[in-house]
Amino acid sequence: MSAESRDGAATVAAAGAGALTLDIDIELPLGNFHLQCAERLQMDGVTAVFGPSGAGKSALLRSIAGFEPASGRVALGDDVWLDTAAGVRVPAHRRSVGYMFQDARLFPHLSVGGNLRYAARRARGGAPSFDDVVAALDLAALLRRRPSALSGGERQRVALGRTLLAKPALLLLDEPLAALDSARKADILPYLEALPAQFGMPTLYVSHAIDEVARLARRTLVLAQGRARAFGPTAAVLQRLDVQSIAGPIEASVVVQARVERHDLHYRLTWLELGGQPIATPLNEGLAPGAAAHVRIRARDVALATERPRALSIRNVFAGRLTELVAEADSPFAEAAVDVAGQCLRARITRAAADDLGLAEGMNVYALVKSVSFDA
Amino acid sequence: METDAIWLTFKLAGVTTLALLVLGAPLAWWLATTRSAVKPVIEAVTALPLVLPPTVLGFYLLILFNPDAPIGRLWVQLSGDTLTFSFEGLVAASILYSLPFMVQPLQSAFAAVGRAPLEAAASLRAHPLDAFLTVAAPLAGRGFLTATVLTFAHTVGEFGVVLMVGGNIPGETRVVSIAIYEQVETLRYADAHALSATLLAFCAIALLVVYAVNRRFPTHVG
Repeated sequence: MSAESRDGAATVAAAGAGALTLDIDIELPLGNFHLQCAERLQMDGVTAVFGPSGAGKSALLRSIAGFEPASGRVALGDDVWLDTAAGVRVPAHRRSVGYMFQDARLFPHLSVGGNLRYAARRARGGAPSFDDVVAALDLAALLRRRPSALSGGERQRVALGRTLLAKPALLLLDEPLAALDSARKADILPYLEALPAQFGMPTLYVSHAIDEVARLARRTLVLAQGRARAFGPTAAVLQRLDVQSIAGPIEASVVVQARVERHDLHYRLTWLELGGQPIATPLNEGLAPGAAAHVRIRARDVALATERPRALSIRNVFAGRLTELVAEADSPFAEAAVDVAGQCLRARITRAAADDLGLAEGMNVYALVKSVSFDA
Repeated sequence: METDAIWLTFKLAGVTTLALLVLGAPLAWWLATTRSAVKPVIEAVTALPLVLPPTVLGFYLLILFNPDAPIGRLWVQLSGDTLTFSFEGLVAASILYSLPFMVQPLQSAFAAVGRAPLEAAASLRAHPLDAFLTVAAPLAGRGFLTATVLTFAHTVGEFGVVLMVGGNIPGETRVVSIAIYEQVETLRYADAHALSATLLAFCAIALLVVYAVNRRFPTHVG
């Protein structure tokens, strides 16, 4: 028995390339339904927990943190935090988790500096230095301010800094952007994108905003009605039609991974490379050539052709294979999935066009991409 | 002026308030955070001194503190002195009598702080006691001020329980309210006036301080 479980653990460790695994098998009554989630998550980088409001996302995070009386098992690597069968229930303050709340929850009686020092004083060994965190989050000018004198975005920056200073083994971010307007979101996102990796903390990120998930997360767990519905690499999970039906009226789109090729200052374009083919996007000088970039392509911005078109304003044309064609009789539209060098694009065309072109699964087609956005 | 009685009164109120801060704060914290089924029972017992005639409370305490009763006997064995008609007995009685004045303001202050800041503290590895001292207590500062002043002033103003349990022993149990009662009984109205006016001024100022500070104290919660 024990030999078998050791083997199992070894396999997972190999698959995760040394990454920590977060074992969750919990149950928690939640008003009109139960949160019931059994997943083994490989925690390298950011993992998103995605789903509609009321799906139990926050309850899942709060159960991991020890704020809810969930039953079952929660373990990060060898660290068992909850095992009701064995009578183990580690209290929240002894679980090495950092929790960033939607409402920041800075201590109102302490200054910004006081809030940060509160975390630093209670941190474990190997914690990042106070000055490094202050510099990374541009907090120097805020240190003497009271939390009540901060904007929503500043509060979240301080909250993130406070959490990083505590040096948790696992970072739990509970919709940290939900209370912010889109300009503020754009201010915070780069920090959320860079810092967990910079400070070496695997992260669970709860969101109901698909663009945040697509931008930040390497893997995504989809929750609906308290149950896990899908888990895997973000792009693959978000492409699944069943996931899209669970996630509600999200716009059909895919996130593809591309590599930054070069910037064209004259035409103000940034050229990316996707599966050996170039894509032009609006200039984004923040990306260094050679870096990986996530770009989002909406299904309604993708047209299909059976021959390579000429004399066309659309410059992003990809050769691929039609892998999926879904045409519902009561809808004017058909949805198609096209495999381009191993990555999947989704196209929304009219059912009439699909019939005229004689589209069928397995055909070679050209995907014409009218616009591409960096996933913000 | 009855300086002995005034000093004794303030000593009794001070010792009672300190003892209730130590005993009442954990009780108020427990009442504010528990989901236990016995909470209403404890709340009702805590509030009893508000509605009971002081003579009723005093009567039962007199019986409990009697050197022939278990508690009274234990105290005699431990201290060599009786609980009845002694300063220690007055302190014990005052703690019970003033309990709701400490617990109720603190309980509502802790309830207003809520769980949210404490979850934040726990996520930063603060032990519950650490979180209580560094987060809950400072955020409930206004409640502490109100509870402290009300407990002190209410103890200064008690009469019935003191009379029943302590009697009228100068320097030991003869507090201001007892002294005034005796002065009136013996028709020393001038002395009664002086002492009454002193007590009236003290209580008025104490309450004024509470309300003024409550208005200006920055509200942290919310």
